Amino acid sequence: VAKATPPANLTSGNAQKLQEGTCKLQKLLEMNGHMQVPHSYDFDLIVIGGGSGGLAAAKEAAKYDKKVMVLDFVTPTPLGTSWGLGGTCVNVGCIPKKLMHQAALLGQALQDSRKFGWQFTEEVKHNWMAMTESVQNYIGSLNWGYRVALREKKVTYENAYGEFVRPHTVKATNKRGIEKLYTAKRFLIATGERPRYLGIPGDKEYCISSDDLFSLPYCPGKTLVVGASYVALECAGFLAGLGLDVTVMVRSILLRGFDQDIANKIGEYMEEHGINFIKQFVPIKVEQIEEGTPGRLKVTAQSTVGDQIIEGEYNTVLLAIGRDACTRKIGLDKVGVKINEKTGKIPVNDEEQTNVPYIYAIGDILQDKLELTPVAIQAGRLLVQRLYAGATIKCDYVNVPTTVFTPLEYGACGYSEESAVEKFGEENIEVYHSYFWPLEWTVPSRDNNKCYAKIICNIQDNERVIGFHVLGPNAGEVTQGFAAAIKCGMTKAQLDNTIGIHPVCAEIFTTLSVTKRSG
Amino acid sequence: MSPPPPHQTQLPDWDGLKLRVRTLIGSHRVMIFSKSYCPYCNKVKELFRSLGVEYYALELDVTADGPSIQQVLVELTNQRTVPNVFVNGRHVGGCDSTFQAYQNGSLQKLLGDSKDAEPYEYDLIIIGGGSGGLACSKEAAVLGKKVMVLDYVVPTPLGTSWGLGGTCVNVGCIPKKLMHQAALLGQALQDSRKYGWQYEEQVKHNWEIMVEAIQNYISSLNWGYRVSLREKSVTYLNSYGEFVEPHKIKATNRKGQVTYHTAETFVLATGERPRYLGIPGAKEYCITSDDLFSLPYCPGKTLVVGASYVALECAGFLAGLGLDVTVMVRSILLRGFDQEMAEKVGAHMETHGVKFIRKFVPSQVEKLEEGMPGRLKVTAKSTEGPEVFEGEYNTVLIAIGRDACTRNIGLETIGVKINEKNGKVPVNDEEQTNVPYVYAIGDILDGKLELTPVAIQAGKLLARRLYGGSSTKCDYINVPTTVFTPLEYGSCGLAEERAIEEYGKQNLEVFHNLFWPLEWTIPERDNNTCYAKIICSKHDNNRVIGFHVLGPNAGEVTQGFAAAIKCGLTKELLDETIGIHPTCAEVFTTMDITKSSGQDISQRGC
Repeated sequence: VAKATPPANLTSGNAQKLQEGTCKLQKLLEMNGHMQVPHSYDFDLIVIGGGSGGLAAAKEAAKYDKKVMVLDFVTPTPLGTSWGLGGTCVNVGCIPKKLMHQAALLGQALQDSRKFGWQFTEEVKHNWMAMTESVQNYIGSLNWGYRVALREKKVTYENAYGEFVRPHTVKATNKRGIEKLYTAKRFLIATGERPRYLGIPGDKEYCISSDDLFSLPYCPGKTLVVGASYVALECAGFLAGLGLDVTVMVRSILLRGFDQDIANKIGEYMEEHGINFIKQFVPIKVEQIEEGTPGRLKVTAQSTVGDQIIEGEYNTVLLAIGRDACTRKIGLDKVGVKINEKTGKIPVNDEEQTNVPYIYAIGDILQDKLELTPVAIQAGRLLVQRLYAGATIKCDYVNVPTTVFTPLEYGACGYSEESAVEKFGEENIEVYHSYFWPLEWTVPSRDNNKCYAKIICNIQDNERVIGFHVLGPNAGEVTQGFAAAIKCGMTKAQLDNTIGIHPVCAEIFTTLSVTKRSG
Repeated sequence: MSPPPPHQTQLPDWDGLKLRVRTLIGSHRVMIFSKSYCPYCNKVKELFRSLGVEYYALELDVTADGPSIQQVLVELTNQRTVPNVFVNGRHVGGCDSTFQAYQNGSLQKLLGDSKDAEPYEYDLIIIGGGSGGLACSKEAAVLGKKVMVLDYVVPTPLGTSWGLGGTCVNVGCIPKKLMHQAALLGQALQDSRKYGWQYEEQVKHNWEIMVEAIQNYISSLNWGYRVSLREKSVTYLNSYGEFVEPHKIKATNRKGQVTYHTAETFVLATGERPRYLGIPGAKEYCITSDDLFSLPYCPGKTLVVGASYVALECAGFLAGLGLDVTVMVRSILLRGFDQEMAEKVGAHMETHGVKFIRKFVPSQVEKLEEGMPGRLKVTAKSTEGPEVFEGEYNTVLIAIGRDACTRNIGLETIGVKINEKNGKVPVNDEEQTNVPYVYAIGDILDGKLELTPVAIQAGKLLARRLYGGSSTKCDYINVPTTVFTPLEYGSCGLAEERAIEEYGKQNLEVFHNLFWPLEWTIPERDNNTCYAKIICSKHDNNRVIGFHVLGPNAGEVTQGFAAAIKCGLTKELLDETIGIHPTCAEVFTTMDITKSSGQDISQRGC
């Protein structure tokens, strides 16, 4: 029985340095004309993968009159789900998940609204199909928009699966199996990731992943979410918000890599709002009891700390245990691009260049980088500007802000508390924190002492803010500006000097005075 | 007032002279009214010099209106002779009295040299229990001072009154944001159907339920403030405070009972109240924001007079609750705010059914019918011609501005200067008035911002400077703010027109973009209305000097950027900041269209 793969293993520092060295050497050789400089290619740039990063790079390159091709192909899920141009974010990621989260928030708004004087019949139902159709229609318009944008910018688009067959050459295979060969001077790999399966009996046959959920043609009903990644918690959150019976099965900790103090608060909030958590269990078998939309499934799970076996019945089992980079079936071995064999991720230098100088990579497939749409877009655009417009600006992967759309939203920028302690030592950081109660929640009188603000300051560096964390409504909106402030080197004194905006949630950060140390 | 002495032909300005004398007394630790040739005067001056105490002497024999001043002094002190000595606002007397006071130690007490003597009942009395006053009082109490807060709400012409906490909590930010939220929830109800929520078509709004819920919450805050004052041992008097002599106030409660209290230091934090139109029927039939938030009945068809942020916010949420709302505007919307943003706010309101009558001012309000609400007839005149407008409304809400509550608190008695035109109090950069022991914070300050967090910050920092040995002053620069119109507006720094005025158009680069919140795509509403704009100073490394956003949660979006602007945010740093997807705020990290380029910023569906 295969268990979920452990988190990314780091290449040793030395190996990476060596790799960088090799890389530079190759570049020098090329510049000096010792390496073969090919004469004529079909394209200046071929981008493999039409997600956020790939499209941004392609469009940017077209701006500089380069001949660009994008290859995009969605391998259907085991259940046959597929989608259009635009990659994970647009089709099966940020966009639909935030819209479904919004649907759940509106369910809360319906409840709140009565307290604010709105009157309507008691009976309120949610129609999954109506929501999914709206969401899919919007996504359809985005897919179409991307195609139009590529056409307008004269980027060649092929809905075909790209794989390297020899240096500077890819084979593109379309839906009908027709193959074509294309050559290019440079390549950009932006193939992204796809959900990982458990490797247990019944998982691919009966379980769904986030790739299926957002276009599921029926309401999932009673759902077991397996995993505690942000994808798992977000999906569990909005499904519960739509009124479904939801259980989350967690192998070890919630939101690995995020601030654990915050992660646990998110979990508590979800539990208080009716989501069941089964901790320290992993599924070992999924059986179908009854066909249907949804059908009925029996899940058998085993304790990670003992021999205990539990069984449960669900209509839907959603796997969200992690994602794997799509790098193993695109012929990288044919051109010598190295990947981290354990994770499938691609190591690049600080200019997004792989060990093969004419091949670059961006987005979720990069080793040790962040898996975020705006990062991929920024990296793609800056890369192209360096390649074709003489620019020198590199993508800055430091202090990248992010947000998690759990029922209690989470926004963060910079260090988590544990990583700050690890890096600077507990005595050298000061943590300021406070709970707050959004004004909008007072009238419905709900969820007091749930929203939470925390900043981590480096005492040795003028109390510079090195970590920013917020739990509360519109956490992403709140976090963005502070991320800009952190880029500007914000200190606690400067934050204190900033006058609050009243009455908003974000103002809490201008009056943080209680340190965690003080208790 | 006593008549002028008969030998004078030209009538002196007695009020002006009195104020001058009081100001002199109030603004100098030691004030000596003297004559240049008088040996007793020189003796007194010598005494203060020997004590190392600075004094200010006015030589009445060489001052133009010296005789008149002497007459005023007679009235104030029953003493015609010089020297006439005042210490810390208190009358000491002539040469003999001063030396006697020196010998028995009372002069030193008055000078504040003696550690064991406490001539005043309180260290600090704060007039006004709003955000600023409460913050200041609590901070001072934490620092070990004996503090009193006087708070008294003069009822509106319609009799509305409220509890402790001032404008923000009772008739400002708090209820207005909650009513705005009620309106947003009305929109959420509509949106929710597109997101799959199903319930019967008929949805109604019940004003009374909303007002009750909001007033309950406000009461809990009022109560909380009282408890926290008690916990911090701050004395709270629900009485009207006015100065009767230096360092002394008269406190009058609801029943007319009077007490007197003295303090070493005073803070004025009386705030502002809505201005009325001086037209027939205004006070009898119209309401203001002071009445609206606790109005016991639904206002019905409403005319909002004014285009201040209060006017537009109220008009916005009333319309959002389903009422028929008209706004009557004399000249421009949101004076003082970026006018491009102001016009966009107005345009959005118009597309959402709020009517605007521009360049008209009401001239008369008459009652047609009693009721809850009744019916009123409003007559209005054009500001540009002879045109007259008449209209019928259930409610007329006046929101044309606010006046500082500074004219009936005895400031003239102790010589605190106000700006006669607007009633505001000028202070130095430490919130000190012209009378050294009197400070002022909040909305009554001349040339400062009328915002709760500013008053709180100023009050806290003032208490820390007075009693905590701090030297940090309140920074009134780059204060962010938000307006809760239906399309919310957040800003920090300069309005575009102000920036042009200060820097010159050629020295600025304005970046802007329209954006469509993801949440609005499914209900397919209001595309190309949300708007982001930043103003950069070209010669200062493209530093961001103005930040403006129109869209949902504008205040939440703005706060962090305000912190960034405090940290010297430049366009380059903004570009290096990675966006958070999908949020509205991320638009600021990818602003590449300049206004000067004239490029299209409309969003085409995706």
